[in-house]
Amino acid sequence: MSEIALVLNNLEAYYGKIHALKGISLEVPQGKIVTLLGSNGAGKSTTLKTISGLVPAASGTVEFYGRNITKEKAHNIVALGLIHVPEGRRIFKDLTVRENLELGGFTLKDEKLRRKRVEHVFELFPRLRERQKQSGGTLSGGEQQMLAIGRAMMTEPKVLLLDEPSMGLAPLIVQEIMRIIQQLNSEGTTVLLVEQNAKVALKLAAYGYVLETGQIVMNGDSSRLRQDERIVKAYLGG
Amino acid sequence: MSLYYVILQQLINGLILGSFYSLVALGYSMVYGIIKLLNFAHGDLYMVGAFVGFGTLGLLGGILGVGWLGIAAALLISMLAVGLLGMLVHRAAYQPLLNRRAPRMSLMITAVGVSFTLFNTVMVMTNGEYETVNTSLGYSGISLGPVNVTYTQIVMVVATALLMLALHWFIKRTMYGKAMRAIALDPDACRLMGINVTKTIGLTFFVGSSLAAAAGVMAGVYYGSIQFFMGFIIGLKAFTAAVIGGIGSIPGAMLGGLILGLLETAGTQLPFIGSAWKDVFTFGILILLLVFKPTGILGKSEIERM
Ligand SMILES: Nc1ncnc2c1ncn2[C@@H]1O[C@H](COP(=O)(O)OP(=O)(O)OP(=O)(O)O)[C@@H](O)[C@H]1O
Ligand SMILES: [Mg+2]
Repeated sequence: MSEIALVLNNLEAYYGKIHALKGISLEVPQGKIVTLLGSNGAGKSTTLKTISGLVPAASGTVEFYGRNITKEKAHNIVALGLIHVPEGRRIFKDLTVRENLELGGFTLKDEKLRRKRVEHVFELFPRLRERQKQSGGTLSGGEQQMLAIGRAMMTEPKVLLLDEPSMGLAPLIVQEIMRIIQQLNSEGTTVLLVEQNAKVALKLAAYGYVLETGQIVMNGDSSRLRQDERIVKAYLGG
Repeated sequence: MSLYYVILQQLINGLILGSFYSLVALGYSMVYGIIKLLNFAHGDLYMVGAFVGFGTLGLLGGILGVGWLGIAAALLISMLAVGLLGMLVHRAAYQPLLNRRAPRMSLMITAVGVSFTLFNTVMVMTNGEYETVNTSLGYSGISLGPVNVTYTQIVMVVATALLMLALHWFIKRTMYGKAMRAIALDPDACRLMGINVTKTIGLTFFVGSSLAAAAGVMAGVYYGSIQFFMGFIIGLKAFTAAVIGGIGSIPGAMLGGLILGLLETAGTQLPFIGSAWKDVFTFGILILLLVFKPTGILGKSEIERM
């Protein structure tokens, strides 16, 4: 059996009185892509936010390579090798593309290493190199998503949490983003991919979970989920 | 004396006054930029800076003298001490409210409370008296015809310029400077990048407060006397300067301070009506300017309602 990178045990979270996560348990094996599907408001983003420390867990645990990080502060989790690319990209619009990337490597102690990693991201996304002096807000949606992923790669994380990278992008651009995710994964990055676009996500992922109103209602191998009648009906437009 | 020399003399006076305003406005603007707080206690940090500088000069004057060496030491010590005081104010008074995502109005009222605390503490400690700042700087300088520019004036303007250049470099080039700009845009995204947001806000308070302290020490040396309410008016003026320049903008604060200083000194030379109207003149122009550019000269996004 391969090593498990990320384990959620009965994770619960609230926004005030709203019970957003009602006991989520899932596993992300090292080196795999796992997808988390669900419709609007199901709790997908909240799950990622609770993992990365933006939303406090009310109960349950988050384990990262066997280490309990449930109570860890968001800014400390980054240095462990777990990076969350939030929904809507959230790039710094008034800062340049290069500055955005540099901030992705904020926790790197060495300025030289930071520069090297920026170069590496530019090799991955040549379009960002051309636009490195432009402010982030001037990029197209697809380029902004590349910047958000590039920014996350600055620390060469072990695990990447991606929240709807395909949101609002044209099909061709979605394909390109998915190809990049695949490439990063094949280079060793473990991925937990949140998507509403189940078709795309299930093609990429080995395993999937389906979330509904704060609970996991279904899980299984992607090949099996792709054929499941309920999935086809609800998410694949069957 | 011809009009030309009057203008030149006033230009120099305005530049000095404007430098003090700019230094204080910078801290106002930086804090507003990063946590959207109008830190009404900021002028009082300037005042505390003047007193720490005065006290240090009194203690070290015997060893270092009360010339430039002693003043430089007093400046650095005051900047450090008031910088730390600014950080303490952030940690003790503002951060607990930020953690609870308190409404902005609560933060502002807290700022007023901090202002009163600093103001009254110094008032009690000094018995509300004026203190005379004795230095050995004198009035020698360069004469341009009938206009005299003292070395003190030159050093003050140069020192301010150096502080601003250092700040500019810090904000533009260092990782913490970049983090400050990023936090102003999206603090949660910063946390996902491993940036300790609370610590970085504390650092912003340190930098802003120490710049105010620098202005306080220089103003004490320049005008020769200090008192506990000296922070009140300059706080308002610096706030004005920050808004004129575009609050949240660093170059805006620098520019706003200089414009305000120059307008005020020009106001003292108004023909016919005299200097009693200088504030009306100054603020009249500023109000007019805001009518045409509500976000301030270098402000970008619309100014948020408080
Ligand atoms: N900051 C917040 N305050 C209060 N309620 C929130 C907050 N964020 C999310 N919620 C609520 O929590 C629930 C889960 O939201 P979440 O954002 O996790 O859904 P999601 O699955 O990511 O949806 P989407 O596909 O639209 O992004 C929803 O009912 C939502 O209204
Ligand atoms: Mg979401």
